[in-house]
Amino acid sequence: MSKDNQILEDLTAKEYEHGWSVNFETDEAPMGLNEDIIRWISTKKEEPSWLLEWRLKAYKTWQAMSEPEWANVHYAKMDLQALRYYSAPKQSKKPKNINEVDPELIAIYERLGISLNEQKRLQGIAIDVVLDSVSVATTFKETLGKLGIIFCSFSEAVKEHPELIKKYLGSVVPMTDNYYAALNAAVFSDGSFCYIPKGVRCPMELSTYFRINAANTGQFERTLIVADDSSYVSYLEGCTAPQRDENQLHAAVVEIYAGAHAEVKYSTVQNWFPGDKDGKGGIYNFVTKRGICAGDHSKISWTQVETGSAVTWKYPSCILKGDYSIGEFYSVAVTNNYQQADTGTKMIHIGKNTKSRIVSKGISAGKSQNSYRGQVQVMKRAHNARNFSQCDSLLMGNQCGAHTFPYIDIANPSAKVEHEATTSKIGEDQIFYCNQRGIATEDAVALIVNGYAKEVLNQLPMEFAVEAQKLLALTLEGSVG
Amino acid sequence: MLSIKNLHASIEGTPILRGINLEVKAGEVHAIMGPTGSGKSTLASVLAGREEYEVTEGEVLFQGKELLPLSPEDRAREGVFLAFQYPIEIPGVSTTNFLRTALNQVREYRGQEPLDAVKFLSLMKEKMALVEIDQKLLSRSLNEGFSGGEKKRNEIFQMAMLEPVLSILDETDSGLDIDALRIVSNGVNKLKSEKTATIVVTHYQRLLDYIVPDFVHVLYKGRIVKSGTKELALELEEKGYDWIKEEVDSTATV
Ligand SMILES: Nc1ncnc2c1ncn2[C@@H]1O[C@H](COP(=O)(O)OP(=O)(O)OP(=O)(O)O)[C@@H](O)[C@H]1O
Ligand SMILES: [Mg+2]
Repeated sequence: MSKDNQILEDLTAKEYEHGWSVNFETDEAPMGLNEDIIRWISTKKEEPSWLLEWRLKAYKTWQAMSEPEWANVHYAKMDLQALRYYSAPKQSKKPKNINEVDPELIAIYERLGISLNEQKRLQGIAIDVVLDSVSVATTFKETLGKLGIIFCSFSEAVKEHPELIKKYLGSVVPMTDNYYAALNAAVFSDGSFCYIPKGVRCPMELSTYFRINAANTGQFERTLIVADDSSYVSYLEGCTAPQRDENQLHAAVVEIYAGAHAEVKYSTVQNWFPGDKDGKGGIYNFVTKRGICAGDHSKISWTQVETGSAVTWKYPSCILKGDYSIGEFYSVAVTNNYQQADTGTKMIHIGKNTKSRIVSKGISAGKSQNSYRGQVQVMKRAHNARNFSQCDSLLMGNQCGAHTFPYIDIANPSAKVEHEATTSKIGEDQIFYCNQRGIATEDAVALIVNGYAKEVLNQLPMEFAVEAQKLLALTLEGSVG
Repeated sequence: MLSIKNLHASIEGTPILRGINLEVKAGEVHAIMGPTGSGKSTLASVLAGREEYEVTEGEVLFQGKELLPLSPEDRAREGVFLAFQYPIEIPGVSTTNFLRTALNQVREYRGQEPLDAVKFLSLMKEKMALVEIDQKLLSRSLNEGFSGGEKKRNEIFQMAMLEPVLSILDETDSGLDIDALRIVSNGVNKLKSEKTATIVVTHYQRLLDYIVPDFVHVLYKGRIVKSGTKELALELEEKGYDWIKEEVDSTATV
């Protein structure tokens, strides 16, 4: 057997680090999905009737839709009636601030390396943590409040800021958008909401951490970020789940609105349980993320590091409506063992002089399949639209697959669209060169992979970048001999 | 320090090294010359532990230890350094980052603490001066887009940083202009000590004016067919290899 193969096979042997779960008392919806369940969730969350109506409408739409089949992924369909659509840790009363949160919950996050204690946090990051279906804590609320920044759980926003929610909910990702988005609209449980007022530059990173704990529970959160004119925010999202034999569904929706001259940077490090070495279990990650550059000179930048999930279906996109608006998509997607990822972006150029940039770095190892799917659409009145796409694939071993599906659709002749694609393998030469300098093979792979993904990792906020580098190494550990 | 005994190696079933014997003592410089394709780089690669080559016979002792059973990284950590004839590109990884990883792994193997950023930087500065390498080059992707000469200079810089016991320089002179040759050679000379040894593989006598060898060996068809002092290199420069080839080929057919 060649050295490469051996290396690859060993690399795939690494276990998932966050696979544990905790038993605590929960408040759960009955199994299954129907109108009554939706009413149950809405009642549980003490929602206004307009929101219940919205949910029910989404449910009706969803019932008429079918699961999309065009992605390059193959999996056993999930029985959506065998799922629970709401599960929340029981807390005696609603915590008003972090000091009132159940210490047991805080301990879960400590174990994940996330401190909810504001004093303990070194860097200025405000965090909203969502466990199963509900947000359990949001930090730094008061500090942010002084600037007029709203950062809270979605449920709270529905109660405290209904006018904003009414205005923006579903405005970027309509409930009818696709099968999973419609399902999410019907049953979404919680998530984060963030509003940056005009002219305010958010002084710290805002972050949401999602954790699925309960078994047989789907996670359907919604994130809504509104950056009013001339504001700026950098937003981070992280996630993990326990190791379980059965597949679990995660169908989230993220909507971003950017007003004139506003800038939103959205970074994700996705580390859902990917299934075991033989492809058993793991999260189905079917997520709809979209941002609209509504105002002139606005900018939305997506950065994602995708290491987890059994199946990923995800295309963070930008609608470039404002003139001179900019959309960016930076992605590293790693698949190992039997993971499948079909991910990419859509850049829709509507306004004049709009620009988009796509940098996608796929890394496939083991028996995994990794697809980039990207669309660049230039509408009729989008004069002088510019796009640059770079899609690279790195293969480790010869049992995995890398695929690129670029779609380009241009209705304005002044558009300039460039697409570059490369496929490479980690060479034995490169590994030997590292070895010869005293670097062990495993570290050589980590070094080479991080070098390959550098352009994307550089987009991440410092603290996250370090985490992401470690995660890449961990995901690929043992895949080269 | 290094003792090669009857070393045979082949690649994909084709024998390339066919009985190499070589003794290298601490403080010595050995030059290996020989026609193209004779096996010089193969010998270097086998010593460094490249796995494509299968050692079919023989043994190698390095500082009294069996070298051949060691992994390539352990050989490096024991102090074997190979300056590659064709240095490899690693996109996105700077020389600095690469060397920091390497040096700390070597140190760990030797039971030393990792160097902190400050100490590492000052070590870099010291060694940069030695081979007159530009700091800008060190923050670029390793070997990517480097000129031939820059690659070679970078190899010697790495050698300076890792402070090996045995350095094998495979055609480090190719691609260097006269000034660079002098600078790189000076660097190598400054790194020499009573405790270290150097094997230089070269086609040209010119390099040996700067790095003066104690012994010169001619490798031909996988064997060392002639050994001598630095005068042998001058003779080769003048007469080429034909006379040696003839000598060997005629005795071989007898
Ligand atoms: N991977 C390989 N597959 C097949 N043959 C190989 C391989 N590597 C080396 N060889 C052969 O082994 C022989 C010795 O090669 P080697 O590179 O050691 O020569 P060299 O003496 O270093 O030559 P040069 O002076 O040109 O660098 C050559 O005939 C070469 O073609
Ligand atoms: Mg050679």
